[in-house]
Amino acid sequence: MVLRDCNPVYAVVAGDRYHSAPCRPGLGLAFAPKDYLQGNSYRIIFIHVPTAFLAQSIYIMMASAAVVTLVWRMKLADVFVKAVAPVGLVFTFLSLFTGAVWGKPTWGTWWVWDARLTSMLILLFLYGGAIALDRAINDEKSAARAVAVLVLVGVVNIPIIKYSVEWWNTLHQPATFKLTEKPSMPVEMWVPLLLSVLGLYLLFGWLACLRMKTEIVMREQKTRWVRELVMAGRG
Amino acid sequence: MNADRRPALKPVSESVGPIAAMAAVFARDVRVAFRQRQDLLNPLLFFIMVVTLFPLGVSPEVAFLKQSGAGILWVAALLSVLLSTLEQLVLQPQPLFLLVLAKTAAHWVLTGLPLVLLAPVLGVMVHLDGNSIAILCLTLLIGTPVLSMIGAIGAALTLGLRSAGVLLSLLIIPLYIPVLIFGTGTVAAAAEGAPVGGYLALMGAFLVLAVTLSPFASAAALRISLSNS
Repeated sequence: MVLRDCNPVYAVVAGDRYHSAPCRPGLGLAFAPKDYLQGNSYRIIFIHVPTAFLAQSIYIMMASAAVVTLVWRMKLADVFVKAVAPVGLVFTFLSLFTGAVWGKPTWGTWWVWDARLTSMLILLFLYGGAIALDRAINDEKSAARAVAVLVLVGVVNIPIIKYSVEWWNTLHQPATFKLTEKPSMPVEMWVPLLLSVLGLYLLFGWLACLRMKTEIVMREQKTRWVRELVMAGRG
Repeated sequence: MNADRRPALKPVSESVGPIAAMAAVFARDVRVAFRQRQDLLNPLLFFIMVVTLFPLGVSPEVAFLKQSGAGILWVAALLSVLLSTLEQLVLQPQPLFLLVLAKTAAHWVLTGLPLVLLAPVLGVMVHLDGNSIAILCLTLLIGTPVLSMIGAIGAALTLGLRSAGVLLSLLIIPLYIPVLIFGTGTVAAAAEGAPVGGYLALMGAFLVLAVTLSPFASAAALRISLSNS
């Protein structure tokens, strides 16, 4: 039933060809105006900011799912964590990579050990650790619960990342989007940026559904309904 | 091989109170450790050797060592605590939180505390001045228990797994990094003459958080690992 119910979500999330989620970062990259100081090189913000947003968001979602696993023992929460951890890892890596690419022409350096970058690097290691621990434990249920404990211990890092630019005098600039103030960017820039972030969230939703489907089928591979599904697919 | 290291179930009378149980676990761990006194030296030797690697591998210049010495000592202490993992965790019909706390306290007294006591000697070897050594020892005194407690979580999570040592390091080092940053930051601030009260308060906060919250995580991880066996 989970597999069939996912399909309406697909339609909303993936959208039609012209308004689909991947198009949104494209909007920003192609149509936003040139920055007065950085020229065109700032455009990488339309990839860097969404991936960084998502990297942290995904970890918080994993932490919430971890709570569900430990408290209510719902298996779907385990499936979510296992499916989504590699996605988080890739997004974190992308945000660090695009940040480095952006930093070289603008800051003059690929990397600096300031609070924001270091705490994002720690996030990368936390994702890696969760994946490594999951692979190391053979029993599925124990693996899920051990990873849940680990993810919850690591969630301490998320406020550090978020507030690092406020607590320390760092090279990385402060947040553009605040809940209570106007963004410090012109409209032509922050609207595409917001759309890029939303687009990437939708892309993530699609990826999460897809990967969860795969994980469920893998886990239940010995059941009749999966065998029937596979047979129907072959026929 | 790993199967032999599975913790054994020991029946304990229900009438033993929690504090008495904690004291018993603490005393037992210290007593058992002292039977293999040679093993207690290992983390200390490791500490000394790692510190020695830096002047030899990087630079023996006094200026460099003065600047990096505190950081080198902190990293070496961190690695020494990481390597001496907790073993043979035994399940008792007592609140597991308290027993984990007692076991971690024993681990710190046997590993972290000797490192703190040895640090002044190594501090002199890396040309740190007296004030820096004092602050360094203070940060190690507050920080190494935090390292022990976080290490306990990792040890409980990786109990009995193959290549547990490397996995433990991978899981725990990201969690160690903030402690390292603040520990060395305190010494750096002291070397510049800036006030260290804030830094020390933050490290104290880490310690309080670790002591109150990490035994929960360790106990939960222990139960998961033992149910796996």
